[in-house]
Amino acid sequence: MHILKIEILNGKRLASPTDNAQDMSTHWIDFERIEIQDGMIKSINQDNPAFKADISIDGTGCYVLPGLVDLNVSLREPGYTAKGSIYSETKAAAAGGVTTLCCTPETKPINDSKAVSKLIEELAQEAANCEVLPLGALTQGLEGEQLSEYAALKNAHCIALSNGYHPLKNLAISKRCFEYAKTHNLSVFINAIEASLHQGVMHEDEISTTIGLQGIPDLAETVAVSQLIKLAEATGVHLHLSQLSTADAVAQVKAAKERGLRITADVAIQNLLYTDEKVANFSSVFHCMPPLRSEADRLALLEGVKTRVISAITSAHQPHEAAAKQMPFAETEAGMSSIEFLLPMAMKLEREQDLLLTDFISAMTQGAAEVLNIAIPQIAVGQKANLCIFNPSTSYVLERENIQSTGKNTPLIGQTLTGCVKTTIFEGRVSYSS
Amino acid sequence: MQSSVQLTASGKLKHFLTVSGLSKELLTEILDTADSLIEVGERNIKKVPLLRGKTVVNLFFEASTRTRSTFELAAKRLSADVLNININTSATSKGESLSDMLKNLEAMASDMFVVRHAQSGASHFIAESVTPGVAIVNAGDGWHAHPTQAMLDMLTIRQNKGQFEGLKVAIIGDILHSRVARSQIRALNTLGVNEVRVIAPNTLLPKHVESLGVSVFNDINAGLGDIDVIIMLRLQRERMQGALLPSEGEYYQLFGLTRERLKLAKPDAIVMHPGPINRGVEIESEVADGDQSVILDQVTNGIAVRMAVMSMAMSGQTEEQNILNEKRANESECIS
Repeated sequence: MHILKIEILNGKRLASPTDNAQDMSTHWIDFERIEIQDGMIKSINQDNPAFKADISIDGTGCYVLPGLVDLNVSLREPGYTAKGSIYSETKAAAAGGVTTLCCTPETKPINDSKAVSKLIEELAQEAANCEVLPLGALTQGLEGEQLSEYAALKNAHCIALSNGYHPLKNLAISKRCFEYAKTHNLSVFINAIEASLHQGVMHEDEISTTIGLQGIPDLAETVAVSQLIKLAEATGVHLHLSQLSTADAVAQVKAAKERGLRITADVAIQNLLYTDEKVANFSSVFHCMPPLRSEADRLALLEGVKTRVISAITSAHQPHEAAAKQMPFAETEAGMSSIEFLLPMAMKLEREQDLLLTDFISAMTQGAAEVLNIAIPQIAVGQKANLCIFNPSTSYVLERENIQSTGKNTPLIGQTLTGCVKTTIFEGRVSYSS
Repeated sequence: MQSSVQLTASGKLKHFLTVSGLSKELLTEILDTADSLIEVGERNIKKVPLLRGKTVVNLFFEASTRTRSTFELAAKRLSADVLNININTSATSKGESLSDMLKNLEAMASDMFVVRHAQSGASHFIAESVTPGVAIVNAGDGWHAHPTQAMLDMLTIRQNKGQFEGLKVAIIGDILHSRVARSQIRALNTLGVNEVRVIAPNTLLPKHVESLGVSVFNDINAGLGDIDVIIMLRLQRERMQGALLPSEGEYYQLFGLTRERLKLAKPDAIVMHPGPINRGVEIESEVADGDQSVILDQVTNGIAVRMAVMSMAMSGQTEEQNILNEKRANESECIS
């Protein structure tokens, strides 16, 4: 059987811990040639006349970085194929430079069983666009009452447990879920929400007051975070707080980490880019969960990423069919289709001096891998060939029909984006090429 | 920011969705137009031909008697054909989406929708999705806005006080859930009153309410001092649930407008209420029916204000369509 060989020529690659300290500090290293074979990085800058590449990629003007790791993606299959399928959304992931992702259990049927996990795994392997690591349901049917079969879920390759945005019935059940997860050495991914305070559809503040949409107070998150940290401390489970949205929650996580607790957190990229101002015109594309909050929250979240209090950035990708967003604001479904645009969004953060591109990449590679306790993606000989080749200076206007995801619910349509994924390589094969 | 949807390129009204973002001049134009139309209601033949040949659809997703009937009368006095559609929420859940329903109604060649809906932003959504040329008038959306109510209140204030400069206005009651209050506060501040106060317990005030341009009072006796205009809001019975208020009795005791309390305001203060009134809950009967009450004037003014905004929005749409048609004609001439 022919073994696929790929070469990438003349670009800049991200430095890895195996490089010298000076290169690490400049982040990017010029290279002439990276050779890929058998799903691995075979050599870097070696003159190897015997290597005849099947595919040669010109990396001039491009960055080569490890494939991104996305902790929270709604693939919508099984059950919600009007919004997206495993094939379409992993294809979108590849177009976004993602090579590993965690999919949420909020499918139909809910992923609280080995059967659903296996189905997802099979469909993902068939699509072969990226690695899919399912999050198993923390409770049966996500109903917040009965434990799911964690051993079976783990056996079916679920990487961690989550209850999505579905509340747990009470703190005693949360405690038992944490204890049972700890028993199986599984991490719990929790969207911190106190359901009784979480009644609105946007951030509660001046804008919700002005336009008369019911607001979700900061308290809905901050009260939950403090309870969850206490429960994690008592049970010893690895608690990962998914998609933090408030400054106060960042401060609580910081304090918990300083006390030596195994607590991690991520943030959705839209909460780093946008605030509740975007909702002032009832624009449903900005109806997000967690809600877009204040500028002070946004700045605290950015600071959290820079100081690594927040380990990872996620797309929190939620594709929707058009009809889901074509209603009065409160009746629309929450979430943004964003996995394809992670890097252009990161470029915007860098342009506006909010966050360095290298900090973004670090949060979506090393940071996310540390949360998942998997090998840290890096560009070095002998490492997995999961790579993203990205041209940071290409500008283009995003057209609706060029979006790979089934969900066209992004505010970026019609806008000029800077930064374009040229090629994504997943396990030594091209999973996306622009 | 929100005004762009409802104005033509030349700054004329083409929808009427919210008072927010409209200039003092435009609000004054609405009041002046309404003033000139009051006289129509006093004629033997109560009709003017401003909307002759136009079809107005009253699309009410929430129950309403006063607002719907004054809109209907207003449209008829402007010589429009009127279609009333009342959709209670149970009927919309048949599966037809709001956008599909609108497309069907547009296919019947409607020229204007008057919309009331339980969701904030519903009329914005409709204005953004209808075919160009169709005007939307907001008859109340969620907690967001009720701009025609606010403008009829402004007309009532101007009739009684002559001007807005120097006035102190108190709005008493459930500000949190009130689209009327939000629109009134915006209109009063744009028209240049001296002070707007809101008087309510903290459970009925939205977060950062002062950002709307009001001063906040929890004590009605303190809040009524030196006031020219008192606006009472209706207290919904359901507010006794969910720990917003303990009882109607305690509310009346603390926030009810009684004859005694009315004396704390200026002697010539007027009392307003958007209706329907809960006598003995937010207002004492004798005050509602007393000399200082202008509650029934508000209803009469409602027809004139609705005639004004309907005719202004329609003429804004017509003007925009004419410009568009001319442009198209010029373009096709260039091609031929």
